[in-house]
Amino acid sequence: MFDWFAQIGKSAIDFWARLGGEVLLFLQTVMAFSKIIFRPGLIIQQLFSIGVRSMLIIIVSGFFVGMVLGLQGYNTLIDFGAEESLGVMVALSLVRELGPVVTALLFAGRAGSALTAEIGLMKATEQLSGLEMMAVNPVERILAPRLFAGIISMPLLAAMFSAVGVFGGYLVGVDLLGVDTGAYWSQMQARVDFDQDIVQGVIKSVVFGVVTTWIAVYEGYTCLPTSEGVSRSTTRTVVYSALAVLGLDFLLTALML
Amino acid sequence: MSNSRILEVSVGIFVALGIAALLVLAVNVSNVSSFSAGEHYSITANFDNVSGLKERSAVSIAGVTVGRVTSIVVDPDSYEAVVKMTIDARFSDVPVDSSVGIYTAGLLGEKYIGIEPGGAPDVLEEGSVIRLTQSSIVLEKLISQFLFSQSDKKDE
Repeated sequence: MFDWFAQIGKSAIDFWARLGGEVLLFLQTVMAFSKIIFRPGLIIQQLFSIGVRSMLIIIVSGFFVGMVLGLQGYNTLIDFGAEESLGVMVALSLVRELGPVVTALLFAGRAGSALTAEIGLMKATEQLSGLEMMAVNPVERILAPRLFAGIISMPLLAAMFSAVGVFGGYLVGVDLLGVDTGAYWSQMQARVDFDQDIVQGVIKSVVFGVVTTWIAVYEGYTCLPTSEGVSRSTTRTVVYSALAVLGLDFLLTALML
Repeated sequence: MSNSRILEVSVGIFVALGIAALLVLAVNVSNVSSFSAGEHYSITANFDNVSGLKERSAVSIAGVTVGRVTSIVVDPDSYEAVVKMTIDARFSDVPVDSSVGIYTAGLLGEKYIGIEPGGAPDVLEEGSVIRLTQSSIVLEKLISQFLFSQSDKKDE
């Protein structure tokens, strides 16, 4: 009976300790930004594996998402004789919602899982403790450049996603289905607001960049140093990132609308 | 080319592409260039009813957008809507006796303010108030007027 109560207390304390530890580690990593800024080589390497390697999947999916939006939007809007508004619909849904969210989901699957597996294997093969033995702080050497590169990459990738998507919608709507070119662009420019819509999308993508990269890095850093532990952490990265992104998206939209 | 060189170049291309995409979104997709910068002056007009007009709605002369609505508030004394709008300084010679009306773009389109230029020699300046205004048409009122006039005819 008492064991049972003790168990509840233990898991509650564990929960708060984990949360506190995560926040402290996050702060340490962010503090380390000031040191790694003078070592651009590390950041460039991470930008390459996180950003450049995710570019292809982001551009291709952005293109297809834009084309689907063009097709679906056209079929719905034509019933109201409002197919000229296709550009507005495609651009707003991409810039405000789909761009940041879908990019973050793909980013978590493509770059986040790789980050977790990489750091987790470093831990499993005792490379992290090796670094500590050589008096190199793994938070500065391993975590900080990755988090930094992730935060830079996400907004750039989301912007590419939206831009390519708008072009995909243009190809389907204007070239294939015959919406007027001028109407597509001019209605878009009249209704899409820079301060409201574009900036909102960029803020969202920066937040998602911080969250997804941090979840990936943290899961890798704290995983069990076994092959099973690494595989579990990798799965958790993708699941947690997806949940966090979708939940935060609602919150951010509600806050900024 | 050495390995690290390829790395640096590809990262450079990645960042450049990302920034280019942001620029495309800013310039091509949104309206960042129009009316955000440049000289302008603001004028106000009082309306009985502005239903449907919003901040950032267009202000136009002869169908050409020359400015934007910046604020809409209610005058606490007269219960009229006070609409403040900024006009691009290029259109600085609008006569003082011009009238403004609230119109709808198309049947279901957005509301906008149209300025009908008058003939006075003086021109509008910063802070001018336009006296001649025509309120927004409320569809329900129009329909009810029409229905009542129909029933009146039957009674006769």
